[in-house]
Amino acid sequence: MSLMQISEPGQTLAPHARRLAVGIDLGTTNSLVASVINGVAECLPDVVGALLLPSAVHIAADKIEVGEDAKARSALDPEHTFISIKRLMGRGLDDVQQMKPALPYRFDPHEPAVPRMHTPQGWMSAVEISAEILKPLKVRAEERLGGELVGAVITVPAYFDDAQRQATRDAARLAGLHVLRLLNEPTAAALAYGLDTHATGLIAVYDLGGGTFDISILRLRQGVFEVIATGGDTQLGGDDFDHALALWLMERSSLGTAANEMLSAGEQRHLSRTACAIKEALTGNEQTCARLDLRGETVWSGCLTRNEFNTLADPLIERTLTACAQALKDAGIAASEIQDVVMVGGATRVPRVRERVSAFFGREVLTDIDPDKVVALGAALQADVLAGNKSADEMVLLDVTPLSLGLETMGGLVETIIPRNTTLPVARAQEFTTFKDGQTAISLHIVQGERDSVEHNRSLARFSLRGIPAMVAGAARVRVTFQIDADGLLTVSAQEKITGTHSEIQVKPSYGLSEENVEQMLRSAFDHASDDVHARRLREARVEGARSLEAIDSAMASDAALLTEIDRPILLAARALLDQAIQGEDTQAIHEAVEHLENAALPFIQRRMNQAVSRALAGHSVDEMAAQMQR
Amino acid sequence: MSITLSEKAANYVRDYLSRRGKGVGLRVGVKTSGCSGLSYVLEYADEFKPEDIIFESFGVKVVTDPKGLLHLDGSELDLVREGLNLGLKFNNPNVKDACGCGESFTV
Repeated sequence: MSLMQISEPGQTLAPHARRLAVGIDLGTTNSLVASVINGVAECLPDVVGALLLPSAVHIAADKIEVGEDAKARSALDPEHTFISIKRLMGRGLDDVQQMKPALPYRFDPHEPAVPRMHTPQGWMSAVEISAEILKPLKVRAEERLGGELVGAVITVPAYFDDAQRQATRDAARLAGLHVLRLLNEPTAAALAYGLDTHATGLIAVYDLGGGTFDISILRLRQGVFEVIATGGDTQLGGDDFDHALALWLMERSSLGTAANEMLSAGEQRHLSRTACAIKEALTGNEQTCARLDLRGETVWSGCLTRNEFNTLADPLIERTLTACAQALKDAGIAASEIQDVVMVGGATRVPRVRERVSAFFGREVLTDIDPDKVVALGAALQADVLAGNKSADEMVLLDVTPLSLGLETMGGLVETIIPRNTTLPVARAQEFTTFKDGQTAISLHIVQGERDSVEHNRSLARFSLRGIPAMVAGAARVRVTFQIDADGLLTVSAQEKITGTHSEIQVKPSYGLSEENVEQMLRSAFDHASDDVHARRLREARVEGARSLEAIDSAMASDAALLTEIDRPILLAARALLDQAIQGEDTQAIHEAVEHLENAALPFIQRRMNQAVSRALAGHSVDEMAAQMQR
Repeated sequence: MSITLSEKAANYVRDYLSRRGKGVGLRVGVKTSGCSGLSYVLEYADEFKPEDIIFESFGVKVVTDPKGLLHLDGSELDLVREGLNLGLKFNNPNVKDACGCGESFTV
């Protein structure tokens, strides 16, 4: 029998009560929600039976529309209709404003860290808008499954960095979803095909969506998927096949290609839809006949064979294969080493795409699962495991740290504690010691990244451990532990071994950056800018002080006879003061000590000057000097 | 007649009771549900009811009602680790047939 946990009085679960969990594919173009029902992963339809929710949000003063309704608004109210919002997740205003084509949104100029867009309901961030896409998916799932969700697995592109992942988590939290885990999209697709049951292998995930193309190379080791290379084209997708076909239609229409520019938005949409319908018809048939009506007349009618369409599609497919070749090169493997090729995205239904990709990798591609659903289904399977609906031996750990985590050590170098691609959860510890005699505190600076020097990595957090007993340098033993739980939350703790003094920090949430953190980081960059200025001033003052010391030392050595018994001790005291100030951190004190030494040395210096002058003048008459000066 | 805890199970329950900060013992019982007739109840007991039957194992009180005792008499609760999961398991001599997962049973 299964193991039981003690419940609160009256709350023992009915047997077979499942903890409801879903997988969500939060896509650039469309989003889906899926769940495991009776052991099978299924996508959940909305009230009218649609599975795909267009990732479009229209914000009006009195309501927020999501999906098809919002999409329909994009022509009328582009400024407040947010499509492809995923591209903005975790990005700064600078990144967003450089995007091409330019976005039709109005950005809040006062918020450079987190771009916020103008809406009739106030400024909204990409996180808030993404939350609006997640909300109806959550409602849909709870209605279909008949209960409250314990959590969700949300998929993200493999190339998403921590800021983008954190933005996705924040969006889920705003939508009232507990994120069980973020899962890489290609990993989700591989899971849907059950590829995790193999012991090892190399897998390529070819994801040709509506507007983007991604290729990911995964390595499977002991049930853990590691993304070893990604590539793609953010400006290439299934829509480009429609555009190519639309252009082809216009060339042959009675209106001619030139008319293409003159079409209204509505006519453009009709043209695209006709092209899309032809493309879809050619998926199942070798030939299709259609006609194009524009402005009340039939401007084209005819038949198109699959071969003709293939000729149009080939240049586009060629571009995806170039990206595949690059990803393989990055991964350092040959196409023939790939064991499975998973096809994701609606455009991979095009037979020519399957043909060319199969030929490229030299094997049949996996197409049994609906390429629109495969990512959501894989996420649902993972959610089911994480919600505790499967026993531990079926449990698969999938998450790895995307970047190394470490500590700053002397000289601004990074000591890596948890290397990248370590599977989660994980805990690693290392011992550190003090640098100076009598040091009673250690400052810990947690950084993320692959570079050797701190300034090239991302700063995650700082904290300090105080109360270390004064000892000679190197005698204290401070054990620093990095721990990341299955949710990606990093806890760093430091403990001094003799006294047991303990200090810790949680980098929250996850080891990534929340939006506030991004802002904080920007602010801290300013703070450090002033630190840097101080440090520079201090260094300069020290150099100046050292120079004064050297000067006075050499003067005292060469003209010791000019020193009176009165000013010798004063001078030595002032010299000692400066020597001490240079060792300290106080720039002002160094300046003052320099000035003090100069004042103290003034009589001595004057005597030296007089002596030098009289030496120069000795043996010359006043007339001689006057003649020299007139020259 | 008795329902017992193994020593490990008793330590586990005591630990959880103290962490919870209240409770007089562990309530076990059965309820009618599930695919195979009956299922177990395993809860903290905050009070004893007049009809309760109280046993004690290693200092931990195990409480049940007459219906529970009927189905659970002779049972021992053990602490078991299965993979990553740690939990309590009923070793119930009265069970004639259980569903595949053991969450419900018939006597």
